[in-house]
Amino acid sequence: MTIEKLKTNIRGFDILSDGGLPKNRTTLISGTAGSGKTILAAQFIIMGIEHSGDPGIFVTFEESPEDIRTNMKGFGWAIDSWENENKWLFVDGSPELGEDTVLSGSYDLGALLARIEYAAKKIGARRVVMDSLGAIFNRFNNREMIRHELFRISSALKRMNVTSLMTAERTEEYGDIARYGVEEFVADNVVILRNVLEEEKRRRTIEILKFRGTNHQKGETPFTIIPDEGLVIVPLYYMELKQRAANIRITSGNGGLDKMCGGGFFRDSVLLVSGATGTGKTLMVTEFMAGGALNGDRSLLLAFEESRDQLFRNASGWGYDFEDMEKKGLLKVVCVYPESAGLEDHFIRMREAVEKYQPNRLAIDSLSALERVSTMKLFREFIIGMTSFIKQKEITGLFTSTTPNLLGGSSVTEAHISTITDSIILLRYVEMFGEMHRGLTILKMRGSMHDKAICEFTIDNTGMHIGKPFRNIGGILEGRPTHIPSSEMERIDKLFQE
Amino acid sequence: MKEYMLKLYITGQTPRSERAIANLRRICEEELEGRYDLQIIDVLERPQLAENEKIMATPTLIRVLPPPLRRIIGDLSDKDQVLVGLAIQSLPKPPDRISSAGTVE
Repeated sequence: MTIEKLKTNIRGFDILSDGGLPKNRTTLISGTAGSGKTILAAQFIIMGIEHSGDPGIFVTFEESPEDIRTNMKGFGWAIDSWENENKWLFVDGSPELGEDTVLSGSYDLGALLARIEYAAKKIGARRVVMDSLGAIFNRFNNREMIRHELFRISSALKRMNVTSLMTAERTEEYGDIARYGVEEFVADNVVILRNVLEEEKRRRTIEILKFRGTNHQKGETPFTIIPDEGLVIVPLYYMELKQRAANIRITSGNGGLDKMCGGGFFRDSVLLVSGATGTGKTLMVTEFMAGGALNGDRSLLLAFEESRDQLFRNASGWGYDFEDMEKKGLLKVVCVYPESAGLEDHFIRMREAVEKYQPNRLAIDSLSALERVSTMKLFREFIIGMTSFIKQKEITGLFTSTTPNLLGGSSVTEAHISTITDSIILLRYVEMFGEMHRGLTILKMRGSMHDKAICEFTIDNTGMHIGKPFRNIGGILEGRPTHIPSSEMERIDKLFQE
Repeated sequence: MKEYMLKLYITGQTPRSERAIANLRRICEEELEGRYDLQIIDVLERPQLAENEKIMATPTLIRVLPPPLRRIIGDLSDKDQVLVGLAIQSLPKPPDRISSAGTVE
């Protein structure tokens, strides 16, 4: 028997859960204080209302309905208007302050069940949330009875074809599933929300711990909470690798570079350009976009290091007119201050920008700036996510990475993502006879022949000019160029002669 | 109007409900004879009333009058607790209870 899933329409969740929550079942959402349980619960109902017109019941044991209405306004959710339309109904189980309650003899939660059933029938609810179980355990202090009653409630909901969420507290990020040790037994499925401090940064993750009898993705997936939307889950590995390695070549915007690449970049590829500051990375990005514009390609530039004015000025200094390209609708420049948000938020906004603008070419300048606001692990996941995302959209991606040393050396960024990108271009300073020269080489280019030489290039007011390979020089990539005597060169040349 | 106004919420005609009703009637007759009104509400029949009163557990006894509102949850099998809950001073007790309870009262 396969278990049907209910599409939640919470962004990312349906991918993570392989289609949504198990339909007509109960799922437990467990997390520490402040991990976003109530928001997720409310969002589950709201998405039902907004996307399929399904009414929902919100059973609250902790906060009053009034508090929830107020708190959720921050996400642009006007609960009271849905209440007026009979799409949202509260079952209020929040404690009445200042009222004395005395216990005398045995009891059960039959009234709660009756109220939920009544409410669900009244508006034809398809979704129910109960937030949060900890408050009932705290109030009634009889675990066995509560467990039994919750089980009764979840069976009743199943009979009524209602899909439900229950939230529960945990005391540690990596410990028991929930505080009272019995919560997980009343639900078929368990989802954990975490809010972990990692390398001095807060990181939220969601993990589906179990989905009884059905598939889901394993492990922790980052999520974020943003205004106007609530929880947004960022599934980084979701792409079915439909990436057809297209053999279509496009211009890099520079004739010399095209030649070195064996006829241009592959259209569905992601390239990494690495170099120290001032070696010409932003220029390469500029030419990449300008080259696209000449062929009618739309380009999106996500800039994390320079302001819009600076970028436009630089471009015109190299003989490219960004303003004109923008006017023609062939370019969009989005400048973002990297520290303005966490990497998850950036990822979401970048995807949004891509979805909205639908570019043929995408440049990120630079990844190193984003790396600063992230942990290593998350950064790598982000690159994988971004790469697969743009490949699926058949966009050519050009990412830059700044090396920390002027001469030679690889950046951390590079070490992390070199296996993920299709091509790597290195830009390096070369010190020769007391002068700084610039060199370029293609370190790898997946699926294509390419020039293996380290070529010298120059930059002037018409852009980048690739010249001849460095002769008589070794050790450029290590940042220790040494002059090789011409006698040695001749000896090597002779080796290949008859 | 009577001095005490009591509402007992039950969920269906279960043995526990029957027990709560019987216990309450006995306590009222013993302690509040002629001074109370009692209303029994089955949540299954009147769920909206349970909603209004925010009843979670049943049986629940609510002392509506005199104010303030007080709640007693359970089948009312512990009479002392019921009296505490209703804030009723028990009338003369049998001698053996005084000795066991000490001289506090």
